[in-house]
Amino acid sequence: MPSKSSKLREEDASSDVDMDEPTSHQPVIKDHDADMMEQDDEESQAGVDDYEEEEEPQRVKLLPGSTETAASFEFLDEGHTLGNALRYVIMKNPEVEFCAYAIPHPSEAKMNVRIQTFPGTTAIQALEKGLRDLQELCDVVTEKFTDASRAFAASA
Amino acid sequence: MPHKPPTQEELERRKIVGINLETVTNVTATDFPGNYPGEDHSWDIEKFRQGFNVEIHQNDPYEASFSLIGCDASIANAFRRIMIADVPTLAIDQVFIYNNKSVIQDEVLASRLGLIPFTGGREGLRDFLKWRPKDGEPKDYDTVGLELNVKCEHNPDAGPNETDPTKLYKHAHVYAKDIVFHPQGRQVEYFSGENAIRPVNPDILIAKLRPGQEIDVKMHMIKGVGSNHAKFSPVATASYRILPVIQITQPILGRDAEKFAKCFPAGVIGLEKVTKAEAKQKGSGYEGHEGEPKAVVVAPERDTVSRECLRHAEFKDKVKLGRKRDHFIFLVESTGQIESEAIFLESVQHLKAKAKNLEKQLVNMVR
Repeated sequence: MPSKSSKLREEDASSDVDMDEPTSHQPVIKDHDADMMEQDDEESQAGVDDYEEEEEPQRVKLLPGSTETAASFEFLDEGHTLGNALRYVIMKNPEVEFCAYAIPHPSEAKMNVRIQTFPGTTAIQALEKGLRDLQELCDVVTEKFTDASRAFAASA
Repeated sequence: MPHKPPTQEELERRKIVGINLETVTNVTATDFPGNYPGEDHSWDIEKFRQGFNVEIHQNDPYEASFSLIGCDASIANAFRRIMIADVPTLAIDQVFIYNNKSVIQDEVLASRLGLIPFTGGREGLRDFLKWRPKDGEPKDYDTVGLELNVKCEHNPDAGPNETDPTKLYKHAHVYAKDIVFHPQGRQVEYFSGENAIRPVNPDILIAKLRPGQEIDVKMHMIKGVGSNHAKFSPVATASYRILPVIQITQPILGRDAEKFAKCFPAGVIGLEKVTKAEAKQKGSGYEGHEGEPKAVVVAPERDTVSRECLRHAEFKDKVKLGRKRDHFIFLVESTGQIESEAIFLESVQHLKAKAKNLEKQLVNMVR
């Protein structure tokens, strides 16, 4: 949402403001605009190349009390979207005895997945297989949808 | 111990959620390993490929309707949730108010501006524009600059008896089309001509002014997601319905058939004449009713599952209502920035990327 953060910033509040400008005027931003204008092509090109999604922090954690075949995982910044879909594919694995997901508290962006497997495989392997199966599934959905869309366009 | 494989009818029956007058039955999916002895329900991509189907009913830029058949509710729901909350779009995020003499308060005006859907070159929006980092400086590849500068004045050409404010004054109404896009840096390459950043609907009313009033604002648009603010959601609605099933188990004939049809929305139930062959068949319930109208199910997908027919004693035992568990009729209504079809495809890609990313994270965790 739009903010008037400059009002809160001390340096802006204390510095002299040109009286021709409204008090809500934010000179900082105007400078940015000017910066953007002045950027020559080479510079902006480099800027795009520089842009890298920052190194992501570790979002998956093994919760204490976990054993090889029975483990709880904590996912940060995930919710029902991935939780339920992942639970479904993991439950489809015959090596898995139990799988469930939970969001322990709605105001914490955390999602827990509990996996218990039969001997012979580990909970971590089951989770890894689940994530891989989900990717395969997405490929099939894309493929079938594109085919159907093409057929629909041809028939119309 | 040998096990009989389930018959086709049995498999179909498992897919139907029963809907009774006051209760529902057979609600949860049972296609998991270990649920039925001797049956293999383990995940198999080839099996999924064979059982999964997409049917497209409508494919317009602003509205698409299609069915995903043969997938679990958790998957369909993931796509729906991603379409609403996780597919990124560009929207006005910061409004710098230089002058606002209109009767609309600054914060209300800013909120209204934020909610206006914009569109522009797809390539630029998808590939060129990046996420703006937290407290980062605006750059040409993460911020789009807009300006709205209108002043209301008397119209000297207006007749003396004119009462219509739009004729009496210039700029009495401020519309989305009054917003001007200022390309910066490399934005010219991606957002020129027909690819320019512009409001989807130029006639969205932003404010009403009177002579002497003016609005002078600059805006910065950034890429965001619906989970952060609804203005970033690419869809007006993205929803699915589960395909209704209506099974007429005993003939419904004559007057009853007409009454039965009226229990449903128009077009769901049709009336057909009982044929000679049917009337001859013993035990069919049609004997001696040749030529009479009978109720037939024509378009169950149009039903709202109001269960009205179950309230009438004469139909109670003649019809079974249900829903097909694995048939999802999606309706995706785009706000205009991304075409409806592309929104869905992007949601699938998003789920895949999520899984891929977490797979990497899991490997990191183990290491």
